[in-house]
Amino acid sequence: MFDLDLWKEILSALKQNRMRSFMTAFGVFWGIFMLVIMSGAGRALQNGVLDGVRAFATNSAFFWTERTSVPYEGFQRGRRWNYDNQDLEYIRSNVAEIEYLSPRLFGWQQDGDNTVRGERTGVFNIYGDYPDYFKIDQWTTLKGRLMNEIDVMQKRKVCFIGERVVETMFDKDEDPIGQYLKLSGVYFQVVGVIHPETRINIGGGKKEETIIIPFTTMQTAYNYGNIIHFFSVTARKGYSVSSLQEKLKKILKERHQIAPDDLQAVGSFNIEAQFIKFGKLFTGIQVLTWIVGVGTLFAGIIGVSNIMLIIIKERTQEIGIQRAIGATPGKIMTHIVAESVFLTLMAGYIGLSLGVFILAMLNKFLESQGDELFFRNPQIDLRMALSALAILVISGVFAGLIPAKRAISIKPIDALRDEG
Amino acid sequence: MIKLNDIHKSYAMGSSKLHVLKGIDLDIHQGEFVSIMGSSGSGKSTLLNILGILDNYDQGSYHLGGKLISNMSEKKAARLRNEMVGFVFQSFNLISFKNAMENVALPLYYKGVNRKKRNLMAMEYLDRLGLKDWAAHMPNELSGGQKQRVAIARALISQPKILLADEPTGALDTTTSYEVMAILQEINQAGITVIIVTHEHDIASMTKKVVRLKDGLIDEVIVNGELADFSSQYAREIQSV
Repeated sequence: MFDLDLWKEILSALKQNRMRSFMTAFGVFWGIFMLVIMSGAGRALQNGVLDGVRAFATNSAFFWTERTSVPYEGFQRGRRWNYDNQDLEYIRSNVAEIEYLSPRLFGWQQDGDNTVRGERTGVFNIYGDYPDYFKIDQWTTLKGRLMNEIDVMQKRKVCFIGERVVETMFDKDEDPIGQYLKLSGVYFQVVGVIHPETRINIGGGKKEETIIIPFTTMQTAYNYGNIIHFFSVTARKGYSVSSLQEKLKKILKERHQIAPDDLQAVGSFNIEAQFIKFGKLFTGIQVLTWIVGVGTLFAGIIGVSNIMLIIIKERTQEIGIQRAIGATPGKIMTHIVAESVFLTLMAGYIGLSLGVFILAMLNKFLESQGDELFFRNPQIDLRMALSALAILVISGVFAGLIPAKRAISIKPIDALRDEG
Repeated sequence: MIKLNDIHKSYAMGSSKLHVLKGIDLDIHQGEFVSIMGSSGSGKSTLLNILGILDNYDQGSYHLGGKLISNMSEKKAARLRNEMVGFVFQSFNLISFKNAMENVALPLYYKGVNRKKRNLMAMEYLDRLGLKDWAAHMPNELSGGQKQRVAIARALISQPKILLADEPTGALDTTTSYEVMAILQEINQAGITVIIVTHEHDIASMTKKVVRLKDGLIDEVIVNGELADFSSQYAREIQSV
């Protein structure tokens, strides 16, 4: 029921003490504002980081080789070694938990320009990969096609290039598809222009400066023999990638005469563990945000309650009069609680709106900065906004309840006698 | 109308107890105009508060309009006050941020009368007390006499059976006091029981019955015919002191 007189009284009570009402409301405003801003910023960091890795298979692990650190079976420590094709065949046929397995070779980067086309030259990251690689670390095709099995089987001299390669090696309106690039002395035909979906980068450098060629072509054309520099695996559904990682380490150590207790020789890395770490980090940020935000809000609400107590004190006589002429305690209580809720809700609403507005402005600014940033979409969701509002209403009621109880506990006769 | 039987009331003052009313027996009938007198501390205001259901009593019984008033919930007491009793205070006790009309209309608001109707009624009562032109003024723009008249209008608007006035002329000069008393007499003639607390003999002498309290007991009751003597007796008292 809308009670015009109730609201008139509330407004006139607040208007009488503009400064005090404002200062009180500011506490709540600031609390909710901080909550929104911090939560939005935390969310933005999360969005930024997770967007960068979202398209990456979370159940993947990576392996590379390091020098051995323990002497074993007549070999001295510090031995250099490599994975080979037989390792992969063995793993493929003996480890059932694997879904995708993709070996990789790293091309030379150290000897200056490795890519030539006519008078243009450039240094790019050249990798030899299997088609499975694109299932672990996703890329989209901007032009042409993605690598397929036949490229690998027939050791085709084709390459897939990133946007920066196109910019450097071709004219602005030139179509790179079908053109040839000389990569470390061998000609490859460009069949695809690809764009990275993730920001996780194996091998360093910018992902847009990548040239990918079929693995088999690379092994043969550049005399790598049966060596493999690096490989990625993903675990089948229902299997833990961490235990798969341990199992593969053990197999590889046995196959290459490496001490079982050598912790250094088999380099590996497990995305799942990183994701869990990040997940914990973001949960931590959100929890912290709520603790600080709700704490600030709570301080604001105590302020409201405090001010309401003073208002009651000042209006003791007025309340006495009202009760003498027939106001019930319920009526007085409703009035005080409504006043408190109104004050909290107004302040909270302004805080919420301003917070969301600032986040929206920030978002606009960030979007104009491109997608290189690890800070994206600073927003709070509707559920969060609604729960903040619910907290406000509830806390407004509580802030009003104590003073209201106090107000009606004063007997009308004492209230009338109060000449303050 | 009002029947008090052996009313006791004491206040706790820290550890000691202050026995204010020590057995008051008093009957007031419909349409009476009573003043309660007594030196300060004699318990006259306490008695008035008990009559107005603003305060409760410890012992005895109080019947108002045939109904026993004892240990009521605040809600019930508030409703009864609203229906039966109108209050006028020494310090007027108008609500400062409401204009004269809104102040007068307030009891009807608590009664649940809609805005239009109660404002109309408030104007009617203000008119009756000669304050129609002041309806939109705030309390601080009114003189003392005007404020008290607004307060009287507010007390009357809920059409109470009894009107209780605690030193209604205490803050007013003599001329204004007499004006206010004239209004109260007029109200009394309309059939409403009026009870005032005062310590001014000339004010008391304008009522039909004077109840003098002394140390929490009724010292004497002077009724209508003797009131003429009352003034002169009072004058002698002062001379002899």
